[in-house]
Amino acid sequence: MKKIILIASFSALIGTSAMSQKVYQTKTGQISFDATGTCAEPIKATNNQVDSKFVDKTGQIVFSVLIKGFKFPNALMEDHFNENYMESSKFPKADFKGFITNISSVNFAKDGTYDATAKGNLTIDGKSKEITVPGTITIEKGKPTIKASLNIPLKEFIHGSYIGSQILDVAKTTVVCKYE
Amino acid sequence: MKIVSKKKAFAIIIALVSTCKIASAQDVDLFKSLDEQDKKDKQNQTDYTTAIFKTTRMINGQSIENVGAGVLDVKISHRFTPINAGAKGLWGLDGANMRMGVDYGINRWAMVGIGRTKGGLFDGFAKVKLLRQSTGKVKMPVSVSLSGGAIWSTDKASTYNNYSDRFNYSLQAIVARKFNDYISLQVVPTVIHYNSVEKSSIPNDFYSIGFGGRLRLTKRVNLTAEYYYRLTNPSDYTYGGSKPVNCLSVGFDIETGGHVFQFHFSNSPDMNDRSFINETTQKWNVDAVRFGFNIARVFVINAPKAVKI
Repeated sequence: MKKIILIASFSALIGTSAMSQKVYQTKTGQISFDATGTCAEPIKATNNQVDSKFVDKTGQIVFSVLIKGFKFPNALMEDHFNENYMESSKFPKADFKGFITNISSVNFAKDGTYDATAKGNLTIDGKSKEITVPGTITIEKGKPTIKASLNIPLKEFIHGSYIGSQILDVAKTTVVCKYE
Repeated sequence: MKIVSKKKAFAIIIALVSTCKIASAQDVDLFKSLDEQDKKDKQNQTDYTTAIFKTTRMINGQSIENVGAGVLDVKISHRFTPINAGAKGLWGLDGANMRMGVDYGINRWAMVGIGRTKGGLFDGFAKVKLLRQSTGKVKMPVSVSLSGGAIWSTDKASTYNNYSDRFNYSLQAIVARKFNDYISLQVVPTVIHYNSVEKSSIPNDFYSIGFGGRLRLTKRVNLTAEYYYRLTNPSDYTYGGSKPVNCLSVGFDIETGGHVFQFHFSNSPDMNDRSFINETTQKWNVDAVRFGFNIARVFVINAPKAVKI
């Protein structure tokens, strides 16, 4: 009988550890970019409604970004961005699907900042490309914050051939997501 | 514990272990759930249609668009003399009617503007969005705005009996739809109110209906057209001794970053609601058609708080 109880509690333990895989998520992540070239006006925008989730065990991570959620200081620029560059009526969202390759080195129980690298597919304007992004995961009171910056090569994603000197060829993009 | 037989206990263990297996088999796949979320969002979120037209004016009249919140839009418009002046008269570019004005976006819903046209006509207007075209959760087939304006004439030579006679007003309901990325159309029922008219047989309110459209030629260039059909057309109403005709304008919208250039041909030399709708007297032919342009340049005066980077 004692054996049975032992086995039962052991299997229950395995069960809980399998279920303890945690999905961290946010709907208020922030992504901003700056592509100001020789243009007199800054070409930058911020999106404060980034939807992102990641799994602590597998490192699987996704970001989903509504293109119309990017807010520019200049509303006319925002119209041009949506209509001419991003074709947001056809491709309303951009997303990233990938894995944090070194997730095992992050100790979610211990506060601190850990280097992390994400590898996966970035899809913008209907075009996909595999990218590798270095960043950090900061654990504070059990809650992770992911910070990363990347240069998105615009010509490889965005339709239209008139990305001139006024706009940089790469959008300097920063990501800040606080997960719950 | 003794009550529980060994068999029963074993069954419980099997059950426990199998639930564990189910739990681990249910490993989250975020890629899959993201795709499902996207599908759901298409149903559950409202996608508002933007950029039905390129700028706040169709050609002469108002379009459905507003300037963005906190944005100042400086507009300089010229209407030249008829192009039949030929090379000698530089195809009409020697003479010009001009309007200078500024528009300002108060918030996402409302904008105001003031301007002055050559000859001492001051005008002001306010335009408010009532409905926005959208798809998804809220499906709205059209956008609707209301625009109201006033013109104040400072012309001293005119024979106004009362000071109030110097004013006239316009009220427009703008109904617009973006059919796809290439075609947008709008219909604009309009009433123009005159505080004073020449004769008692002429009504104070003139009704008309405007039609406007754009066809996207390239990402930067749009073909536009605007036509106002006058519903009120009293037989003894003349302007400058001539019978008014309907105003037709055809042009191009060209956008370059912060500017929108509008180049067009029209049979009207005017830019105010009252003037181009009710006071156009020359039919669309080579003797009447003239070149014109509107240049708009936007300045961000007060960036929305969320955007300050």
